[in-house]
Amino acid sequence: MAQRRMLMKGTEAIAEAAIRAGCHHFFGYPITPQNEIPEYMSRRLPQVGGVYLQAESEVAAINMLCGAGAAGVRVMTSSSSPGVALMSEGASYMVGGELPAVIVNIMRGGPGLGDIQPSQGDYDQMTRGFGHGDKHFIVLAPSTVQEAVDMMALAFDLADEYRNPCVVLGDGLIGQMMEPVTFPEPSERTFDRSWAATGKKPGQRRNILRSLFLDPEVLEKHVEKLFEKFKVMELKEQRYEAWMMDDAPPVVISAYGTTARIAKSAIRELRAEGHRVGLFRPISAWPFPVDGLATYVEQTRLFLGIEMSMGQMVEDVRRVVAGRRPVQFWGRTGGMVPTVEEIVAQVKERSAALGQ
Amino acid sequence: MNRVEIDGDRCKACGLCIDACNKHLLTLSSDLNAKGYHPIEIHDVEECSACALCGVICPEGSLAVYKEIKPKKGG
Amino acid sequence: MAEQVAFKRTSVLTDDYFHYCPGCTHGVAHRLVAEVIEEMGIQDRTIGVSPVGCSVLAYNYLDVDFVEAAHGRAPAVATGIRRTLPEDRYVFTYQGDGDLASIGMAEIIHAANRGEKITVIFINNAIYGMTGGQMAPTTLPGMRTTTSPNGRDTGLCGHPIRMCELLDTLVEPKFIARGSLSSPKLILKAKKLLRQAFDLQHSGFTFVELLSTCPTGWGLTPDNSLAWLERNMVPFFPMEVFREPGKMPPQATPYHPDLKVRDDAPKAEKKTEEG
Ligand code: SF4
Ligand code: SF4
Ligand code: SF4
Repeated sequence: MAQRRMLMKGTEAIAEAAIRAGCHHFFGYPITPQNEIPEYMSRRLPQVGGVYLQAESEVAAINMLCGAGAAGVRVMTSSSSPGVALMSEGASYMVGGELPAVIVNIMRGGPGLGDIQPSQGDYDQMTRGFGHGDKHFIVLAPSTVQEAVDMMALAFDLADEYRNPCVVLGDGLIGQMMEPVTFPEPSERTFDRSWAATGKKPGQRRNILRSLFLDPEVLEKHVEKLFEKFKVMELKEQRYEAWMMDDAPPVVISAYGTTARIAKSAIRELRAEGHRVGLFRPISAWPFPVDGLATYVEQTRLFLGIEMSMGQMVEDVRRVVAGRRPVQFWGRTGGMVPTVEEIVAQVKERSAALGQ
Repeated sequence: MNRVEIDGDRCKACGLCIDACNKHLLTLSSDLNAKGYHPIEIHDVEECSACALCGVICPEGSLAVYKEIKPKKGG
Repeated sequence: MAEQVAFKRTSVLTDDYFHYCPGCTHGVAHRLVAEVIEEMGIQDRTIGVSPVGCSVLAYNYLDVDFVEAAHGRAPAVATGIRRTLPEDRYVFTYQGDGDLASIGMAEIIHAANRGEKITVIFINNAIYGMTGGQMAPTTLPGMRTTTSPNGRDTGLCGHPIRMCELLDTLVEPKFIARGSLSSPKLILKAKKLLRQAFDLQHSGFTFVELLSTCPTGWGLTPDNSLAWLERNMVPFFPMEVFREPGKMPPQATPYHPDLKVRDDAPKAEKKTEEG
């Protein structure tokens, strides 16, 4: 069947894509700028026999995910930065209890109440500080609405495959953007759910989903088992886009999400003026595409991180580049969006200093 | 005869069954169980009415009570 | 010799030994829940949600599927389970007073208010047991704990919270009752309350508070704990069935306002005129 292209707002496209990926349960709490996701879910889910429930808080929402995930269904929530921070405890429990779910974070400006404008200030929150203890989440960062749509199906598959919550990390821009999208065919993959708490089958072992292991030796074993999964994720789930990199440009911008889109426009302008500049765009913020970036270190003279933050992902770039090349940073924060002109100017200034 | 079955290893010697028994048939023994408690024991078991109050109050579920079914007279 | 069982440990309890302190009535509460599950024949359709507190390991003892919740969040976790599994399942939470009435206050109120079809078993022993006997939201005025060494000062931290009475102001709950585990007679009564709650679970939110002892936290012997509970807790936390079918306090009756003021008829007519 030919897929129809539809013009959709990012937030609504994310919601529809989740439903098409088989997610019929949504628990969430309103927060700007992602309210179109729960609003869309509250209209659509009853039509497909699903459940939309507005929780009393983000804390409750994540724990409803915990229950639904434990019961073995595809479930998601969406929120924005401070709301996601409130979910971090429950998310950690879900990693410990190996419960799948998808958490969408449409980032806004912080710290604190900050503002409701687009931001990328949660890179560290999602890749480092989301929840206590030794844990990781796969974090997917879409840069277009279509990519966000494709990512929803992927996120549910990854959550099920690894029995671990999966994060889709967008910003207010992608949420509000209207773009034509095509919804992918639903994935054919099936997943074992015999571990779910659905009622003890007679004659079988019962299922207990928990993260408490009072004996330190046992907990260490459990965490090591989790980290075997994380190791596999780090091997198999690194995703990135290398754009305009074939001619080994001396200057490489590292950017993700909508910032990467703006960077692309800037690179087009720069290239038109004869400046060779490329883009390294992590699609998975965790696992960070270490191997992909590593292949470009030798050929590059300068890395420039550009983010809607004071510089968070750039630390991962620095980690990979490991002092072999200069890694600089420029960004806007507080909900300010970098412009093409600003990026062009930044690159020119810096490449001039390099003697380009 | 009615009887009370005591799972001595479960007993934590809390003594709640002692107070619950209207007939005062339960006491702590001088034995020690694996956990280091003096488990409960029953004496004068023939007095036991199988009221099961001891079983009902026992927080450990250590007690089971069985009631003898007396053959009906002339039956 | 023919004999009949007058009392026997239910098979819905696992063989594990309880980790509770001697004389702690958590064990009694566990057993009652297990007995109700056995009597109803729903072991294969029951999912429990365990709390954080002394009963954090409840899943070791009750032989049903279990999900462990973060501190206070059991009603939210139970909501997630309830809203996804088939209707015939039974979902219950087992929570202490710190878990339910302090950190989990939002979750319990809202689960009750939504009328989640779950049974919440609330163990009220007026103290934090596991963390070492600190003051709880249900600690009695003047009661000494490790964080109220001179007794609970109501001027400083208010009076204890009566959860049943609080929940009884809501429209949705179908069953709210308080019982006690302080004597064999009351234990049997408590079991009836639990049975009623489970029986009504598929019609809406059901809540059973059980006054329970904490001999360790209270610094009393097990038998003195029972007496202390009856003397001090029962007067403040009366044993009552607050809500059951046919029993609804006036302030909790459903309200049906007439909201059809703005999308009223004239507008609709106007549309037809235009169209
Ligand atoms: S069954 Fe009744 S009489 Fe017999 S030992 Fe127990 S409490 Fe006492
Ligand atoms: S009530 Fe149970 S645990 Fe306590 S002394 Fe009696 S048998 Fe032992
Ligand atoms: S601390 Fe108190 S509530 Fe906890 S197991 Fe011991 S007696 Fe029971």
